[in-house]
Amino acid sequence: MRERMTMSDLDQFRLDVREWLEANCPAEMREPVRGEDDVCWGGRNWTFKNEAQKLWLERCVAKGYTVPDWPKAYGGAGLSAGEAKILRQEMARINARPPLSSFGIWMLGPALLHFGTEEQKVHYLGQIARGEIRWCQGYSEPGSGSDLVSLQTFGEDKGDHWNVNGSKIWTSYADKCDWIFCLVRTDKTNKYQGISFLLFDMETPGVSTKPIKLISGNSPFCETFFDDVVVPKEQMVGPLNRGWDVAKYLLGHEREMISGGGLGDGAPSLGAQMLASIGANGLGQLDDGLLRAELAQFDVDALAFKAMAERFTDEMKSGKGHPAQPNMMKYAGTELNKRRHELVMAGNGSDALEWESEASKGGAKARNWLRTKANSIEGGTSEVMLNVIAKRILDLPGA
Amino acid sequence: MPMYLNEDQAMLRDSAREFLKSEAPVSHLRKLRDDNCKDGFRHALWKQFGEMGFTGILIGEDDGGLGLGHVEAGVVLEEIGRNLSPSPFLTTAIAGVSALNHGGQHLKDKFFPGILAGNTVLALAIDEGAKHRPAHIATKAERSGNGFKLTGQKQFVIQGASADALIVAARTAGSPGETDGITLFAVDKDAANMSMDSARLVDSAMAAHVTLDGVEVDGDAVIGEVDNGWQVLSALLRAGRAGSSAELVGVGAGAMDMTVDYLKQRKQFGRLIGEFQALQHRSAHLYSEMEIARAAVLKAQQLLDEGKDSAEVYVSVAKAKAGRTTNLVVREGVQMHGGIGMTDEYDIGFYMKRDRALNEFMGDANFHAGRVAEIFGY
Repeated sequence: MRERMTMSDLDQFRLDVREWLEANCPAEMREPVRGEDDVCWGGRNWTFKNEAQKLWLERCVAKGYTVPDWPKAYGGAGLSAGEAKILRQEMARINARPPLSSFGIWMLGPALLHFGTEEQKVHYLGQIARGEIRWCQGYSEPGSGSDLVSLQTFGEDKGDHWNVNGSKIWTSYADKCDWIFCLVRTDKTNKYQGISFLLFDMETPGVSTKPIKLISGNSPFCETFFDDVVVPKEQMVGPLNRGWDVAKYLLGHEREMISGGGLGDGAPSLGAQMLASIGANGLGQLDDGLLRAELAQFDVDALAFKAMAERFTDEMKSGKGHPAQPNMMKYAGTELNKRRHELVMAGNGSDALEWESEASKGGAKARNWLRTKANSIEGGTSEVMLNVIAKRILDLPGA
Repeated sequence: MPMYLNEDQAMLRDSAREFLKSEAPVSHLRKLRDDNCKDGFRHALWKQFGEMGFTGILIGEDDGGLGLGHVEAGVVLEEIGRNLSPSPFLTTAIAGVSALNHGGQHLKDKFFPGILAGNTVLALAIDEGAKHRPAHIATKAERSGNGFKLTGQKQFVIQGASADALIVAARTAGSPGETDGITLFAVDKDAANMSMDSARLVDSAMAAHVTLDGVEVDGDAVIGEVDNGWQVLSALLRAGRAGSSAELVGVGAGAMDMTVDYLKQRKQFGRLIGEFQALQHRSAHLYSEMEIARAAVLKAQQLLDEGKDSAEVYVSVAKAKAGRTTNLVVREGVQMHGGIGMTDEYDIGFYMKRDRALNEFMGDANFHAGRVAEIFGY
């Protein structure tokens, strides 16, 4: 009783959250994510894997827990930074899967919260929070990778709408998405201040997609083509020709998201996971001394990065972090994740080489390993991240 | 606890930064070395540490201290590292006090007032070989009358010859390699049958080889329980390892600042060398590693202060990460300074030397990575 009386509001919130999760998170949603379809991406074409996935999404939508720190008016739960952290911790405690994953939540949402009009916020953020619309990102072009600002896709001013022509590349899941947020050149005379940030439906006439087969054998990315695509003027975010500001803001969130990959699947030790495949010697140590040393170094780096991720979140939420810090997180997190998968391959030996067998779940390890090689390329290469750190944080000359 | 300093901790950092920058900057270390100072630190500075209240950070309020934690200790240690300020702070006020906090009130009454005043210096006699292997203690403590008789060899006893007392880990039972059967003793400096052979180290600190040839101590000298000293030693080591990690981060930060400044001043081929992408990318990588190391150290300190079991693994993560990172930073620092980095006149070399000694102190990065593997059962 005495404990209850001295309990802070946050402690009470934790108890409430715990109770709600206990009652509402289906048992199937507390299992580790094993395959791509275990992650719910939502959207018009989404097929729920099972009833539990659907139920978990609906319950979280009703509570605002798909986007807990967004305002209630836009489909969130209006949680403070402290409350949102508690919700994350309590979900992690019971291994609850995220009810909804989407580029809308991680990338477009924060940009709309910052740059959108009230109408745009109510309309688009609500759809994102409810998992109704699945978004993809139209940034890179065949000739504009690291040098993104050189992009050529052009929107011609037609009075009440833009007439968009051009193509994008590396559009994640463009073939499965409903809408795209897209960087389009609206002024050919001004490099940086000649780009606008447009939103449009992928079913608009003139939009077509073509999946790109990667070294992993999978096709998470597409080429996307625009042939006289009509985009109404009200579907622009931020001022005309200032889309680069929106894009940069959003890239910060994208880099933050990709950096999370370095954290792995929540298990604290990669080395411990290797005991079964490598075996132990008489001392109970991994029976491969040099690999054990590498794994131990990796675990040190992974746990240190985990602390960094926590620090990064806390600092960003309280406005203490350096605005360019997401670039550091992206660099470190993706390089770490690539190392993790190199070690997973080394630790599992020839078993991990199987590409099509049932035992290997269709070559999951090998395909994941190959997929991670894109981590340090997509969303800005490691080299670009290092450039940004040198210029904006270390203030080095001429960078 | 959020992963950044609260207002009080930030204030402590500011006052420690100002104090050390003005009272014990790198030139202080240089002078002390050039003077061939036999203590390896200035007693007057230690006294000032007392006046600033730093020496009481881990001493409880009941005993006249500040009753603060490892985060606060680390705040001061990072500034010590940044300035390469030589002092008994880490060994006495952090590791030594952490051991004595597990001891009887008579030991606290005996040592804490002097530590609070910045008078008393404690030295740690743990290591017996060139590498840190705390469970491999062979020094014997045999029962003798009301007390014990200590026999053995110790090394890497920092400031041993200047200390008022040594905290000695010895074996009252069991054999080397076992954690059971270890007992910790507080041995006065003038105890009979104890001899010391001091040497200056690469970082200008003084360290002693100590020979215990039947040193007699009474029962009051035991810190904690007989045979159960591993618990006390572990507390001492956790505090010392977290503390040396924080100091390492300070050493790395100081070396990094010097190096980045140099890149903005030095011209070759008609431009500032900081314009070269080869150096920019390496500097940005150092920045990234330093940020992560600092986060790991803060996490370890917070877990220690919260009394969490996971502090054990994070202390080793912190020491391994800070050790490896700062070592990289000082090596790159010397390289990027070019020829001038090899000169004694320039300070960057002092950072490299200090890093080497701190890396070795209480287990290097390999030792602690190995410990992480052991804790995780592989």
